[in-house]
Amino acid sequence: MTDKKWPETWQEVNPGCMVFRPGSSSEYHTGSWRAKRPVWDNTKCIKCGLCYIYCPEGCIAENAEGFFQANMDYCKGCGICANECWTGAIKMVNEEG
Amino acid sequence: MGKLVGMEVALAAAEAAALCRFEVAAVYPITPQSHVAEHLSDIVNDGRVDASFITVEGEHSALSAVIGASATGARVITATSSQGLLYMGEVMPIASGMRLPIVMIVANRAVSSPINIWNDHSDIMPMRDTGWITIFAENGQDAVDMVIQAYKIAENRDVMLPVIVTMDGFQLTHVVEPINIPDQEEVDRFLPPYNPYATLHPDRPISMGTLGMPEIFPEAQKAKDVALVNSIRVIKEVWDEWERLFGRKYEAVETYRTDDADVALLTMGSMGETAEVAVDELRRQDVKAGLVKIKLWRPFPFEDLKKALKGIRVLAVTDRAVSFGGPGGPVFSEVRSALYDEDVRPKIANFIIGLGGRDVQVGDFVTMVKRAAEGKLAEPYEFYGVRG
Repeated sequence: MTDKKWPETWQEVNPGCMVFRPGSSSEYHTGSWRAKRPVWDNTKCIKCGLCYIYCPEGCIAENAEGFFQANMDYCKGCGICANECWTGAIKMVNEEG
Repeated sequence: MGKLVGMEVALAAAEAAALCRFEVAAVYPITPQSHVAEHLSDIVNDGRVDASFITVEGEHSALSAVIGASATGARVITATSSQGLLYMGEVMPIASGMRLPIVMIVANRAVSSPINIWNDHSDIMPMRDTGWITIFAENGQDAVDMVIQAYKIAENRDVMLPVIVTMDGFQLTHVVEPINIPDQEEVDRFLPPYNPYATLHPDRPISMGTLGMPEIFPEAQKAKDVALVNSIRVIKEVWDEWERLFGRKYEAVETYRTDDADVALLTMGSMGETAEVAVDELRRQDVKAGLVKIKLWRPFPFEDLKKALKGIRVLAVTDRAVSFGGPGGPVFSEVRSALYDEDVRPKIANFIIGLGGRDVQVGDFVTMVKRAAEGKLAEPYEFYGVRG
């Protein structure tokens, strides 16, 4: 059996719901909330990194070519990156399917 | 065994916290708690404890600061009154949900409006469901002893919950009483250094105050409730130990001349002493009167209350707060609910008294007992003494 995602019974809850395993919040994939996704047009991107700085989820990272992309496991589709991008390189498009 | 001194109760309560060697105090001054805040500040400034005093910008920050400090493993103290307590309300369930052994002194005061700085219980009663152990002091000695006991209760591994020690504003906080202040060595013997269950430390990362999804939230709430319900066992053990070491007895529900009583008063806080004098007066008039005092409000002492009320035919419950549009004062509705399944239970009258510092004298308690005994109550609850 794999590790339980949460305690089965109230008796198993750690006092104060403390979590003793660091980084466990990364297992919670907030990307499932997303209604729109950011799409980069790298012909307009000047690699300034504002999207990376402003992303409240911290899910935007720089790739090998110096462009930026979001980790879709965590991107909630808030659109802050598109709003902040002053060259208009990021568009929010509807999720489909 | 300690030293008997004449001291203002607010200062004595702060002295009690100092005897517990608190390490962080974060307090915002508000009448009638201000002397607690000032004296804690003096104690830190004079180097009498190895502690930091955080001058916060408000009560929400005061409690938030001690939550943070407690999470790092510090023994902490805060204090407030009235609107300040309500302002803390937003973080109070967080302190208990995180199972942090914070101790808070509350100098009870009415809440606005109209604005009123005097004493009643309308600040503490709305905090009933925030998950804090809540203990009512009746006099200065109670206040001192209960603050010291509070740390021992809160820090017990089977409890790990914050504790409020309430004392009536002005009626207690600003009164100079003869109080036995325990010696430092005695308190050190009673209260070992705080050994936290877990602490926030960069070298050993853990998460406190986490997100709880619908899949875990009800289990977390049940675990917190069980901890609070079960804390009564530890509270009684601590009080037993206190009696052995210091010779002063504490009970969740105290009684006065109830053994053969037919009618009893029920009080919380400082009015218990006035009510005792009223019971003596009624006994002189051949009324078989007694007094029941609830000292432990949360967890509610159901069994102790039932035992205390054995044989009582009529009970006059006094409330110092209003549950507007509700079934009666908060103490009344809880007491009545506690007795619902009993085959034999007293008739209960509810008098709402002493709102916003309105004086309640011996004669008033005598009148309440007589009126309750005669069953002359037109309403389920009565604003006693209100004109009109």
